[in-house]
Amino acid sequence: MTRFLLTRLFHGLTVLWVVVTLTFVLMRVTPGGPFDRERRLPPEVLANIAAKYHLDEPWLKQYARYLNGIFRGDLGPSYKYLDRGVSDIVAETFPVSALLGIFALVFALAFSFPVGICAAYYHSSWTDRWCLLIATLGISLPHFILGALLIWLFSIQLGWLQAGRWEGFTSVVLPTVTLGAAPAAYLSYLLRSTLLETLAEDFIRTARAKGLRESAVLLKHALNNSLIPTLTVLGPLFAALITGSFVVEYIFAIPGMGRFFITAVTDRDYPLIMGVTLVYTVILVCANLLVDLFYSLVDPRIKSY
Amino acid sequence: MKKPREWIKGLLREPSASWGLAFILVVCLGGILAPLISPYGPGGLDEQRILESPGWSHWMGTDGLGRDLFTRILYGARVSITVGIGTAFIALVIGTVYGLISGYIGGTLDHLLMRIVDICYGLPDLLIFILLSLVFGRNIAGVLIALGLVTWVRFARITRGQVLQAKELIYVEGARAIGGSHTRIIVRHILPNIMAPLLVTLTFSIPAAILAESTLSFIGLGINDPYSEWGTSWGTLAQDGWRAMRTYPHIILFPGLAIFLTILAFNFLGNGLRDILDPKGK
Repeated sequence: MTRFLLTRLFHGLTVLWVVVTLTFVLMRVTPGGPFDRERRLPPEVLANIAAKYHLDEPWLKQYARYLNGIFRGDLGPSYKYLDRGVSDIVAETFPVSALLGIFALVFALAFSFPVGICAAYYHSSWTDRWCLLIATLGISLPHFILGALLIWLFSIQLGWLQAGRWEGFTSVVLPTVTLGAAPAAYLSYLLRSTLLETLAEDFIRTARAKGLRESAVLLKHALNNSLIPTLTVLGPLFAALITGSFVVEYIFAIPGMGRFFITAVTDRDYPLIMGVTLVYTVILVCANLLVDLFYSLVDPRIKSY
Repeated sequence: MKKPREWIKGLLREPSASWGLAFILVVCLGGILAPLISPYGPGGLDEQRILESPGWSHWMGTDGLGRDLFTRILYGARVSITVGIGTAFIALVIGTVYGLISGYIGGTLDHLLMRIVDICYGLPDLLIFILLSLVFGRNIAGVLIALGLVTWVRFARITRGQVLQAKELIYVEGARAIGGSHTRIIVRHILPNIMAPLLVTLTFSIPAAILAESTLSFIGLGINDPYSEWGTSWGTLAQDGWRAMRTYPHIILFPGLAIFLTILAFNFLGNGLRDILDPKGK
């Protein structure tokens, strides 16, 4: 098992290195630059800027400088925000994105467990169709359309909830639902189909035969044995929620990391783009590592990997 | 795999899949025949009739510059459908060739190639897509290349897995035994065998690409090519409506519906195809 986890750790580190190198190269070959203005700056000014950000050095040296900085937790200076570095911006905005992701995940779980269990228990061809339909609707509805719809209904028409910023309960509900709706539909569908498989097993019939209450059969015997597939998707799902939240942050004007990523791309603030991409990748890698760890604990066959 | 006629029949028996297929055909025809359907051009400004609500002369109303929204959506279908189908095919070609090489040759090369695929799976694909589209340009071609480059890994993995299975089939072994060339074995025996899962993946890649492109255009990082004769992306149209949503909700309603229904139609079609061609993939 240790060997398996070490392999996976090495794999995660390779992914990180690839992302650092890829973003570095992409940002260097992208046409246009952060200091292009409508009116061209005088060459002396450009030379000074280049010297300040070490852009006059050879690529390899810049790359080494960047890697060295990462090891010390320094993601470099931002081209746009002169008063703080990329690390400061990430430290400031990441907790907001993480919180939004956690809220959305909790919402998805709170929705999908009752719905998934009911759909499996009252199984019929009619509920089958509806579940598949709702799951398909969930993955087909883009964040920005659902977000706009919710804002129009609950904020503009009814005036119940706040549609912008990130302060207090009324402003948190709509972004949470927008981000969590698709995973809620997907998790319900997944839970229902695994529960259906488990409910057809022999030990369920045994449990019923020995006279257990239906609720005990369903919630203890069946649910416990259906949790593994659901739990294993939670890692990647959480990572996807955080990395996919930039659209939601954009719509609801939430000061999270994704919003800064969008403005960084428009501003061509290369160090900020690279830094945020790196942090997103770290989350993704960690989530996958957690899943591997979970798998190796649950499934002893992994040992022989 | 069943005969094409049989599975098309099966597909049409499934209501959601046939509705999906019909809607996709309508959208494609709308995009192709846009100049014939609409009396207004995609850039036809009309200062007299700005921000009109849906009515008889403008079915979906007009935008802030007096352009007919229905016409803009028809032309926008060209962008979405091209991006969706184009990306899926680019990814299919790259991924299938890669997976075939990896699975068919096997050994150390297979191990190495699959390591690369594993790494690509660990990347945050939407962000990499944004960065790639900066490099390749924010037009249709750039978006196609960028999206194709992040989507191909899925095809590579599926193809390779299928090829590994197909290689063991008795008649493939037989073809090898009687001295069939590698090209012949791949084209005649292996490819037809792995078509079904690839077709299902292809169908599901199209809505994913449409979703990615319209999302990026919505936040202002997607296609930005105002002088193209292709029409404006639905995501950009929705962005126009987003800014005026409080007072003129119809401007975001129709592009939003177009995006949602088209993605839904492809997903319905994908579900139907999967049930018929690849029941295990469920």
